[in-house]
Amino acid sequence: MATHLQILLMPLVLLCLSSPLFAQESPYIVTYDHHLEEPGNLEVEYFSTVGTQRAGNDFHAYWMEFEYGATAWWTTEFYLDGQTTLHDSSLFTGFRWENRLRPLRAEHFINPVLYIEYENITEADKIIKEVEGHDIAADHGDLNAALRKGHNHELEFKVILSKDFRGWNFAVNPLATKNLSPSDPWEFGYAMGISRPLALRASAQRCAFCPENFIAGVELYGGLGDAQSFGLHQTSHYLAPALAWNLPSGWTLRLSPGFGLNDNSHRLLLRWGLSREFSGFSEMLHGLFGGRP
Amino acid sequence: MKTTSAVICFAALVALASAQQRASRHDEPAEMILAKVPVKARSKCNPFANDPEAPAAGGKLFEQHCAECHGQGADGAKRGPSLRANALQQAKPGEIFWIVTNGVVRRGMPAWSKLPEPQRWQIISWLKSLP
Repeated sequence: MATHLQILLMPLVLLCLSSPLFAQESPYIVTYDHHLEEPGNLEVEYFSTVGTQRAGNDFHAYWMEFEYGATAWWTTEFYLDGQTTLHDSSLFTGFRWENRLRPLRAEHFINPVLYIEYENITEADKIIKEVEGHDIAADHGDLNAALRKGHNHELEFKVILSKDFRGWNFAVNPLATKNLSPSDPWEFGYAMGISRPLALRASAQRCAFCPENFIAGVELYGGLGDAQSFGLHQTSHYLAPALAWNLPSGWTLRLSPGFGLNDNSHRLLLRWGLSREFSGFSEMLHGLFGGRP
Repeated sequence: MKTTSAVICFAALVALASAQQRASRHDEPAEMILAKVPVKARSKCNPFANDPEAPAAGGKLFEQHCAECHGQGADGAKRGPSLRANALQQAKPGEIFWIVTNGVVRRGMPAWSKLPEPQRWQIISWLKSLP
């Protein structure tokens, strides 16, 4: 536990040495667009998902996300997941390491980004950052003591296809996941989103409530079965309106109520997140390892 | 233990990437970057060219998104060149718009297409208003 605390505190101490930055974050929580983190910047994010559970206890899942712009074409992210199930327990459920790579230099009609993630999580993980295969709400109905015994080591691949057009962003993310246990088949899923700032022109004043600081959108995501039974049978799907508020102080607040679209889905996944982007992190890190600033 | 190892690996990778990023930050002359702009993009006109409020809004946007690398006042900083250089000041608005939109990804400048098109033009209005 102490080690986990140190892990969480170390970046926070480092962040005190960096300066906050105004961010232009999309409202998506599950879907990705093609915009990567600016090089050298670190974005620290906290997200919460409060979910209703049929035939079980409602839960609050949460994760910390450290998103670093390694280069202008490569963003790497580290996640720490946890959850609290009402009338049950709280537990750390694992980590994820995600990388997004932009293969093309310039903007195109559709902009692809390649995504690869390694997950080391228990079956008690309930953040539902993506829905894949035959993931359904009933998977989360057992007690934590039983769920935590199952471990998943997974590789997840996505092709992020995204386009900006007249202020709108359109993004589609087909995904494929492989549990590293050889007996498990490939699983498939999708996420798609559309979003737009409330105003396309910026006002001259520095303001918190200017409409250009708000980006509204909607996401649709769900599973598509696996290699042995591809399709919508026994899968869950969600529709989630989303709003991001980019504050001049550098903070971004996101809110997204997700509604289950069939009986296999959680009825409601209420998500919110708070993030802050810090500039100069790479220089600070370089200095820490003895390099000249 | 596995989480700790993963965090250490992540930190090492980030440090490596930051070193690589610093090494690749060459100063490519503005003329060479401008020469890559497609002919069609050069002729685009700034729809805010006659909007008296555009430079002020563009200045605010520059401070929020660009000054971190290019310095307050676009004078240049450690991570990005001065945008007051002659080549850039004489460049057509369409050329600058293309560079802002597409970035110079291999040189560390990200594409700024995530800013709506009007905001990118407002930034260019501000750049063009610099003395």
